[in-house]
Amino acid sequence: MNQKIPFLFLLLGLSALLLGAFFGVLITLQYIYPEFLKETLAFNRLREFHVSTLIGWLILTATGGIYYYISKVLNVPLYSKKLMTIQFSILLICSIAIYFSFLFGKMGGREYLTYHPIISFPILIAWIVFAINYFKTLVGKIQNWPVYLWMWGTGIVFMIYHFSEAHLWLIPSIRENFIRDITVQWKSYGSFVGSWNMLIYGTAIFLMSKIKNENTVGRGKVAFFFYFLGLSNLMFGWAHHTYFIPTQPWIRIVAYAMSMSEWIIFLSIIISWKKSLNQQDKIKGNFAYKFLLATDFWVFVNLFIALLISIPYINLFTHGTHITVAHSMGTTIGINTTILLASAMFIAYKENAKIIESNTKIIKLGYWLFNVALVGFLTMLMLGGVARSKWIFLSDKATSFGEMQTSIQPLIVVFLFFGVVLFIGLLFISIPLIKVFLNKVRKEKSL
Amino acid sequence: MGLLFIFVEMEITKKLAHKNKMVMAIIVIVFLGYNFFIYTQEPPIEAQKMSELAILGEKIYQDNNCTACHQFYGLGGYLGPDLTNVISAEGKGSMYVKAFLNSGVKTMPQFNFSEEEKEALVAFLEAVDETGHYPIYEAAQNFGWVSIKYKK
Repeated sequence: MNQKIPFLFLLLGLSALLLGAFFGVLITLQYIYPEFLKETLAFNRLREFHVSTLIGWLILTATGGIYYYISKVLNVPLYSKKLMTIQFSILLICSIAIYFSFLFGKMGGREYLTYHPIISFPILIAWIVFAINYFKTLVGKIQNWPVYLWMWGTGIVFMIYHFSEAHLWLIPSIRENFIRDITVQWKSYGSFVGSWNMLIYGTAIFLMSKIKNENTVGRGKVAFFFYFLGLSNLMFGWAHHTYFIPTQPWIRIVAYAMSMSEWIIFLSIIISWKKSLNQQDKIKGNFAYKFLLATDFWVFVNLFIALLISIPYINLFTHGTHITVAHSMGTTIGINTTILLASAMFIAYKENAKIIESNTKIIKLGYWLFNVALVGFLTMLMLGGVARSKWIFLSDKATSFGEMQTSIQPLIVVFLFFGVVLFIGLLFISIPLIKVFLNKVRKEKSL
Repeated sequence: MGLLFIFVEMEITKKLAHKNKMVMAIIVIVFLGYNFFIYTQEPPIEAQKMSELAILGEKIYQDNNCTACHQFYGLGGYLGPDLTNVISAEGKGSMYVKAFLNSGVKTMPQFNFSEEEKEALVAFLEAVDETGHYPIYEAAQNFGWVSIKYKK
């Protein structure tokens, strides 16, 4: 197969992680010093560099990992190397186009997809190309797919669907009805986050089965029960983001019921907690496993927060505050990022164990900086959310929005401190990985 | 004995795979029906369809990525306030909005909108304001459920 492309995906993904985190530091500075870059790159554009770049980290790294695992671990020859190269090239060109769109203020999209909507078309083509390559490669080649193959497949298909759905606002009959429009918009966002979660959680199950060398992981009834539960939540559980939009009540009731089904997942995590602790000694020293243990912790914390804020009466006070941001950042940084770092670590170790072993100390330091800083980072967001909620529901009307923002400035300063530490932690972890993947790209002849 | 065990395991795996495909088919069918209702539902409010001017205002709102800082129904960025009811809120309204658009504030750049663009933005905010209330101060709760107040 064309060996370079999966490594190029991973390299681009890791670069996006570092760049996105750096943009995050810059936008926090704008919170503290409103004049900072205001005339050259105001918050309305700089924030999008941060958001889009980090979405790029998640998608590119997950895709690179999937290509690598199919061809190098499962040893299934890829249907088309050309299609993989085309997919990578489209995404690379679109990434540059998105940056230009923000740089020159030629936007016009919706939240999370704020770049000019025309760029979405080639991105959609890239996903379709991925789908063709994935299914043509695997259908009929592996009997009785393990759950991670199902998860990757559904992640790709549902990403195509929900990414398209996020653009339904371009149709006049949707756009002219504000409530229907905003409902469909946030429905699609909830579900396409669910779609990339399918790609990433599938990667986590794949890694566990390979690290533990147990093929039964991801093949049993329980694995599929949780897969279908997750899939149902992807499809129907999105609407806890929109409890307070005046849609038809049944839409909100379905969302409430679906969200509460996640308590089953939560319970299963607690039950399997002890087991995973017993296994720690067996796999000591494996960085991929170490990152997956961090994932376990962050899943526990974030799922608990998510379940609480999915109860409408609690959501009433947390919605529209930094508590929601803590939930979404906790999920993308705590869960998604630790899984993808585990995946990159697994691949890097397989390709060049020497580089990883010679950087053990710096990776360990990065790992702890990352996790400890994330605790502080999320705590500050939660406290900021409480302050904002108090202002909305308990303050007298004389306190202005500006005064409330000024009152949470000390929290934002501490948040910035933890953000910088988090960035340094990520830098320590990523540099050895980037070294390995750069070496691979240089050594491979074919492009 | 070993062969029998492998045979039984293969049969179980086959049945499980078949069952999985069935479950998937049922979920997808329900999902398609559900989506159809979401895309075609009429909200239980009497707000009018947005006017052409309001739609133009929404386009300006998007082109300038106002959602990076502002929210509707609590959805958006947090550097600025929620704008759902900025038109009908006590002490605020269209003149208040225009004043901010003219001058900008410490955190908000001065956008230099033309008079027509400001009119369009105000028309859009008026259209949003007509759709409902946010934040919801008068919410009745029962077993964690919240009944929201609809705008008549």
